[in-house]
Amino acid sequence: MTAFDHDPIVEMKDIEKHFGPVIALNGVSFDVRPGECHCLLGDNGAGKSTFIKTMSGVHKPTKGEILFEGKRMDFASPRDAMEAGIATVYQDLAMIPLMSVTRNFWMGREPVRRVGPIKFMDFKTANEVTMEEMRKMGINLRSPDQAVGTLSGGERQTVAIARAVYFGAKVLILDEPTSALGVRQTANVLATIDKVRKTGIGIVFITHNVRHALAVGDRFTVLNRGKTLGTAQRGQITPEELQDLMAGGQELVALEGSLGGTV
Amino acid sequence: MSDAGQGAGAVPAKDERVKEISGLRKALIRPELGAIVGTIAVFIFFFAFAADSGMFNAQGILNWSTVSAQFMIIAVGACMLMIAGEFDLSVGSMIGFAGMSIALVSVTLQWPVWIAILLTFALCIAIGALNGFIVVRTGLPSFIVTLAFLFILRGFTIFFPQLIERQTIIGGIDDAAEGDWLAPVFGGKVGGWIFDWLGSIGAIGVFERGTRAGEPIVDGIPMLIIWALALVAVAHVILTRTQFGNWVFAAGGDAQAARYVGVPVNRVKILMFMFTAFCACVFATCQVMEFGSAGADRGLLKEFEAIIAVVIGGALLTGGYGSVIGAALGALIFGVVQQGLFFAGVESSLFRVFLGVILLFAVILNTYIRRIITGER
Ligand SMILES: Nc1ncnc2c1ncn2[C@@H]1O[C@H](COP(=O)(O)OP(=O)(O)OP(=O)(O)O)[C@@H](O)[C@H]1O
Ligand SMILES: [Mg+2]
Repeated sequence: MTAFDHDPIVEMKDIEKHFGPVIALNGVSFDVRPGECHCLLGDNGAGKSTFIKTMSGVHKPTKGEILFEGKRMDFASPRDAMEAGIATVYQDLAMIPLMSVTRNFWMGREPVRRVGPIKFMDFKTANEVTMEEMRKMGINLRSPDQAVGTLSGGERQTVAIARAVYFGAKVLILDEPTSALGVRQTANVLATIDKVRKTGIGIVFITHNVRHALAVGDRFTVLNRGKTLGTAQRGQITPEELQDLMAGGQELVALEGSLGGTV
Repeated sequence: MSDAGQGAGAVPAKDERVKEISGLRKALIRPELGAIVGTIAVFIFFFAFAADSGMFNAQGILNWSTVSAQFMIIAVGACMLMIAGEFDLSVGSMIGFAGMSIALVSVTLQWPVWIAILLTFALCIAIGALNGFIVVRTGLPSFIVTLAFLFILRGFTIFFPQLIERQTIIGGIDDAAEGDWLAPVFGGKVGGWIFDWLGSIGAIGVFERGTRAGEPIVDGIPMLIIWALALVAVAHVILTRTQFGNWVFAAGGDAQAARYVGVPVNRVKILMFMFTAFCACVFATCQVMEFGSAGADRGLLKEFEAIIAVVIGGALLTGGYGSVIGAALGALIFGVVQQGLFFAGVESSLFRVFLGVILLFAVILNTYIRRIITGER
């Protein structure tokens, strides 16, 4: 596995995050290397979203340190993390359905043409790049003016991923990109993940679907109630073991009898 | 799994499920459609029923243009702010407040009118910024915050002139403004020579007798109209063509999503509150210069008229979607209907009925169109 020849791009050490009395994260360590897809699994409320929000500068860790390319980092805002090369596609997407694909794609980083003090948006360039980047991801847009709200769930995920890749992400964090998708669209998004990984970007892929994780993952880390239950490499763990780990062990064994191994 | 998608750079086949959209349909499906249809309907209606009432001679046109321009000035501010996801209910009170401020500074304090105008603008824009600051800091709905300012500002507008001058209407601003360099920018008229010429070739009416015999009845375009058109043009360009415009849409469309990608949402919203205050102040200054007086009850209910014009113009009440051109047309509908019913000799209370019908009709059409454009469900 070539990914292991490289040093991690991001390394999170013993991260703790408290929200008042709630301890959302209680000492989580995690790293991601160039060209690998590191899956972060865990049940609802395990702390996955909180963890990656810490990584992308939305939350400040209560304790612990973040190393980016070996250097200690202290992100003050998502913008800082983005500029360093950590791009996030949030569970809730960070896309505005009422706005066009182009406007969404460039939001916050619009290409501008200055005329005196006024920064005009360069729509010609913006539209061309958007169409081209979407085409690379395998989606033919009707028009760059099309509102994001008219796209399917998978297409929206792809816009968000294409945007992150275009703006030079070194690490791409995907928070449950497949949770609301059907079979075909899930396959498309997984294929996109594979495509992006091959360009040398490190991917953090959050999901609670073991099959989706196993389809593209190189390593798997399981979170449970704010703690890591361990990290496994591809080929060292069976789907059943991973499933058990996610549910915290015992409960699922008991369930399995009644469901006949369908979970 | 990796073979499920097309290789990078490959061009996927044309999607068979995308219907070709005809050019006409594409040209029609736009946020302003409701307002465009409404405008055409209103003009046809008044051409049919009030054509010979003088509504469409030079003087008549000037009459409804002026009233529409007033609506337009405040609608532009309300439109930008609504697209940025906020409301300002204090616009009407701000108009009264600004007018009174100019009157008190120029007439009571006897300071030059241009100082009164500049001070008032600074004060109003600062109040707008305060409105915005409170909204973004507390996270309270702007509806509540600006409702508070609706009362606060109106209260002051009645209190101060009573305290100082023992009356709620202050006149004499026209005398004070005599020879002032800034006052004509709001109260003046431009293009008089065009109307002289039009009068001389008989294209528009001229006074038959009296001291002004031979002069054209309409002697220039009020600055109010110039302000309205300029504000509409500038706001439209900023909204649709600039980076800042994209941020305005983003701030109103989904503030959290915009923050994630680094859009300075709070700054955008505060600036839009300041712009709304600026527009209210332009309105007030033009009005004060025209009447030569300020009254404590000026601007009553203007905030709602502005919001109605904006909504007729296709904006979404919850933000993130709308058009300045649409809002301007909404204001035009408003002005033409109000003055047109007067010209047509219709009982003025029917104005409200007519307006309500147009509002309902335009909003239903707008909602339908917006669903087509944005894929809303
Ligand atoms: N801002 C916050 N304030 C207080 N508690 C929070 C906050 N954000 C998250 N939590 C709590 O932290 C815990 C972890 O939440 P998180 O959203 O990270 O879970 P998750 O693993 O992403 O779950 P899901 O699979 O449902 O997305 C939950 O108990 C949640 O209630
Ligand atoms: Mg989550």
